[in-house]
Amino acid sequence: MIGRMMSGLPVFRTEGVTKVYGSGAARVQALRGVDLALDEGEMVVLLGQSGSGKSTLMNILGALDTPTAGRVFFRDRELTRASDAALTSFRRDHVGFVFQFYNLVPSLTARENVALVTEIAAKPMRPEEALERAGLPDRMDHFPAELSGGEQQRVAIARAIAKRPDVLLCDEPTGALDSKTGVRVLEALVDINAELGTATTLITHNVAIRKIAHRVIFLADGRVADVVENAERLAPSEVSW
Amino acid sequence: MSAITRKLLRDLRRIWAQSLAIALVLACGVTVLIVSHGSISTLTGTRDAYYERQRFADVFASATRAPERLGEQIGALDGVSQVETRIARHVVLDMEDMAEPGMALVKSLPDSGEPALNIPLLRSGALPDPLEPDEVAVSEPFAEAHGLIPGDRFRAILGGQARDLRVSGTMLSPEHIYSIGPGAIMPDDRRFGVIWMGRPAAAAAFDLDGAFNDVAVALTPGARAEPVIAALDELLARYGGTGAHGREGQVSHAMLQHELDQFAALAVIMPPVFFLVSAFLVNMVLSRLIAQERQQIGLLKAVGYSTGRVAAHYLMMSAGIGVAGVAIGWGAGVLLTGGITAMLAEFFRFPFLVRQISPAAFALSGALAVATVLLGALRAVWGSVRLRPAVAMSPPAPAKFSRGAVDRLGAALRLRQTTMMILRSITRWPGRAAVTLFGVSASVAVLVASFFFFDAIEVMLDEMFNQSNRQHMTLRLSEPRGDAATLAAAALPGVLRAEGAFSMPVRLSVGPREELMRMEARGDDAELLRVLDADGRSVDIPTGGIAIPERMAAELGLSVGARVTVEFLAPPRETHALPVTTLTRQSLGEEIYIDAGTLFGLMRQAPQVNRINLMVDDAALGDFYRAVTDTPAISGVMLVTETRDQFNAQIEENLFTMVFFYATLGILITVGVTYNAARIQLSERAHELASLRVLGFTRGEVAYVLVGELALLSLLAVPVGWWLGYGFAALTAQGLSTEFAEIPLVVSRATYGWATLIVLAAAAGSVLAVRRRLDRIDIVTALKQKE
Ligand SMILES: Nc1ncnc2c1ncn2[C@@H]1O[C@H](COP(=O)(O)OP(=O)(O)O)[C@@H](O)[C@H]1O
Ligand SMILES: [Mg+2]
Repeated sequence: MIGRMMSGLPVFRTEGVTKVYGSGAARVQALRGVDLALDEGEMVVLLGQSGSGKSTLMNILGALDTPTAGRVFFRDRELTRASDAALTSFRRDHVGFVFQFYNLVPSLTARENVALVTEIAAKPMRPEEALERAGLPDRMDHFPAELSGGEQQRVAIARAIAKRPDVLLCDEPTGALDSKTGVRVLEALVDINAELGTATTLITHNVAIRKIAHRVIFLADGRVADVVENAERLAPSEVSW
Repeated sequence: MSAITRKLLRDLRRIWAQSLAIALVLACGVTVLIVSHGSISTLTGTRDAYYERQRFADVFASATRAPERLGEQIGALDGVSQVETRIARHVVLDMEDMAEPGMALVKSLPDSGEPALNIPLLRSGALPDPLEPDEVAVSEPFAEAHGLIPGDRFRAILGGQARDLRVSGTMLSPEHIYSIGPGAIMPDDRRFGVIWMGRPAAAAAFDLDGAFNDVAVALTPGARAEPVIAALDELLARYGGTGAHGREGQVSHAMLQHELDQFAALAVIMPPVFFLVSAFLVNMVLSRLIAQERQQIGLLKAVGYSTGRVAAHYLMMSAGIGVAGVAIGWGAGVLLTGGITAMLAEFFRFPFLVRQISPAAFALSGALAVATVLLGALRAVWGSVRLRPAVAMSPPAPAKFSRGAVDRLGAALRLRQTTMMILRSITRWPGRAAVTLFGVSASVAVLVASFFFFDAIEVMLDEMFNQSNRQHMTLRLSEPRGDAATLAAAALPGVLRAEGAFSMPVRLSVGPREELMRMEARGDDAELLRVLDADGRSVDIPTGGIAIPERMAAELGLSVGARVTVEFLAPPRETHALPVTTLTRQSLGEEIYIDAGTLFGLMRQAPQVNRINLMVDDAALGDFYRAVTDTPAISGVMLVTETRDQFNAQIEENLFTMVFFYATLGILITVGVTYNAARIQLSERAHELASLRVLGFTRGEVAYVLVGELALLSLLAVPVGWWLGYGFAALTAQGLSTEFAEIPLVVSRATYGWATLIVLAAAAGSVLAVRRRLDRIDIVTALKQKE
């Protein structure tokens, strides 16, 4: 068990990140100056009410979107200055994503959905291994439509970790699941964080889940409202909602 | 196989019906290109091979009577490699299986048997024995039409004498690929044939001992035809020469060329139109198909696929559709080319077919088709692929609808909300609606433009037979006679009205351009043969001038009042400068008309006739025909009414094939457009439509939202299609008009009606097919889908 490593340099660091959608009457300020740092191997829960800017922040960290102002660093690289090609290879090599809606390719089986990533990653694990780690050792040859929501989410997690990413960004991965299935998914994430040391950011609006993290960042109205270290973590099975 | 490739194949399989619809539309363009080029190259190749094997001559001339030794002088002309002198005469046949007289062209064969030029191809039996005066070979189509086989006998009037001729064999000739009688407008194998007999027998029958009246010449390789034509003309002028001409003046060759030109015109007009239409459709369908893949595009980019790689993936998907379209198009093209050329080969009596479709046609159509899909896809792919992954993955923001004219209209008319959904959808995505509208109207246009041919032909026939040639039949005299001949004809049994006319070959010169044409002299009192002016009104030709066809005037840059040089190619061979006084409308053929008084004044002769136009009482036809057969002065009878009926039948058969072909294309386009539009609508709006069901709408009401929009667009597309179709018909009419046939631009209501009916039926069919899917849609699944 590698656990949480406290090295000197954070994986992610943001400086005054703001994001504005639209203009004129339709103008929405989703982020209003976010400064934060996420450490290597750390499991962080990003908590906040719906509309507080969690997804926006995560998309910016994962280079799926760009901030309106401010700077984002991945280790010592400034993402906000990188080219499109550099961002693509950043995503390919370092980040895994898990979304609330599993975003699987419907025409590919579970195994193939994972292979979609392993085929282009630098040092991937086998799709089977990824699926096992995600807690889905059987049903590998089923198509998404033949899997339950929880199973689909675990395929998505397998797909995210198969490239051995440095960070895993999960946006409400349990949002569409019942609590029992949700616990399974969280277990998979905690195990992966512990075994592989993958820095994990978990977005949720579910307060109970915060207990499984090393650290909890509260987001409100596009700003970091509070940061709390969990002195004691709970296992996902001890959490219920 | 990599996962992304597997995704590609499975996606193609999932959307196979839509892909097939696109591929079929694309295949249409490919097919048209292959068929038109294939038909042209097959016919041209076949003709050229046939000409070469049977040594088709280069220059031809006729005279009244030229001494045999002139042949040697002709052979000595610069540029002449071979000469074939012969006797050629039109005669009347008295066939047992026909009440009316038939006609034949008698041609002499040299004593040696096979001629050196225009070698007939023996199909059955043997060449006639030159020493047997009654032995002849006949053209195969004629023999087949009468069931004649070697050994059979039939009667012909040769030089005023009825003779029993024995068939020694049947032949085909490169001079009669298009086997057409004098003055006829289409082949009629029953009423016209070619008869080959030994030279001595022909000479005896037509009193041409030691003389010839027809000559064919082959040029030395590389020699120009013009000087030879001029020299030959000069040599024959003293002997009643009617003007030497090259292959372009040889009837069979010219008609065949005319047909090929029409194919070439179609090859230029049709494929671009089809490619344009299919490019448009493919573009629309692909871009919407790819727009639906937006989220997957975002995902692929999120997991680290590069923009280029994702773009390549979707381009490959489109290329797959393109390749399928090309394959189908090539297959259908080859099959159809085979069918069409076989049909034409039978019509033209080619003894064999050299099937060929140039690799260039395949390459060109393939490249065009693939480029069409790739271009269509590129635009769509580019739009989606450039989006930032987060934007691509999030569902497109709910479309912004705004209140406008439609809403006021809806409120005023108290329209139902489902109707409002239809109207808003159209006004919200006008581009999308425009594409559907364009697709459907293009199909209407294609159908209007193909059915238009029936309308054009009907007008042409009406002009030809009801307006200008109102006689039942025309008698041809073997040589010009005085006016008394008309009176004699009027006295034949059953004749109700007889009008004499005079026809002669002339050479028309305007600046450097020369045209060999026929000039028809017409008396003012003629009621049967009428001349129509450019507006279609019957007019008399003013004395002192000539009337020329409008189309020819435009081509030569002539207008009323211009002077042209007319050389009479009959004795006395004189040249006159005459003013153009009238422009005429002639759908079929091209003749110059002159007032009879003016012509004979110029010729300083008493009026003559060599044609007599007749109205004959049907009841007396039997007696009439017997009298005609017994009159030596008559060298032929043209049955105008019969020709019209036959022409109708023939045209309808050929046109039917062509129209069927284009109608199929039109239907394919409609189905391709409407089916795809409906399918895409269905998947784009599945969530919305399912919500309606949850709210308690019936299946029918929900279907109305989907079907209503397409129905409305299809209806709007119809008048646009009429308008486009008219333009398309104008283009085709112009492209296909030649000196033989001027295609009038007339589109009937029936044409518009049928085109509309067919397209709307095809649209309804394909939309209903999609409606069945809508009925089976699972509400829960549709609702679970993220919006
Ligand atoms: N593409 C977008 N266009 C306009 N506004 C957006 C867009 N995405 C998010 N927003 C707005 O930004 C704010 C933050 O959204 P988001 O980051 O999705 O919140 P969360 O994930 O915390 O629920 C919300 O008010 C949301 O409406
Ligand atoms: Mg969110």
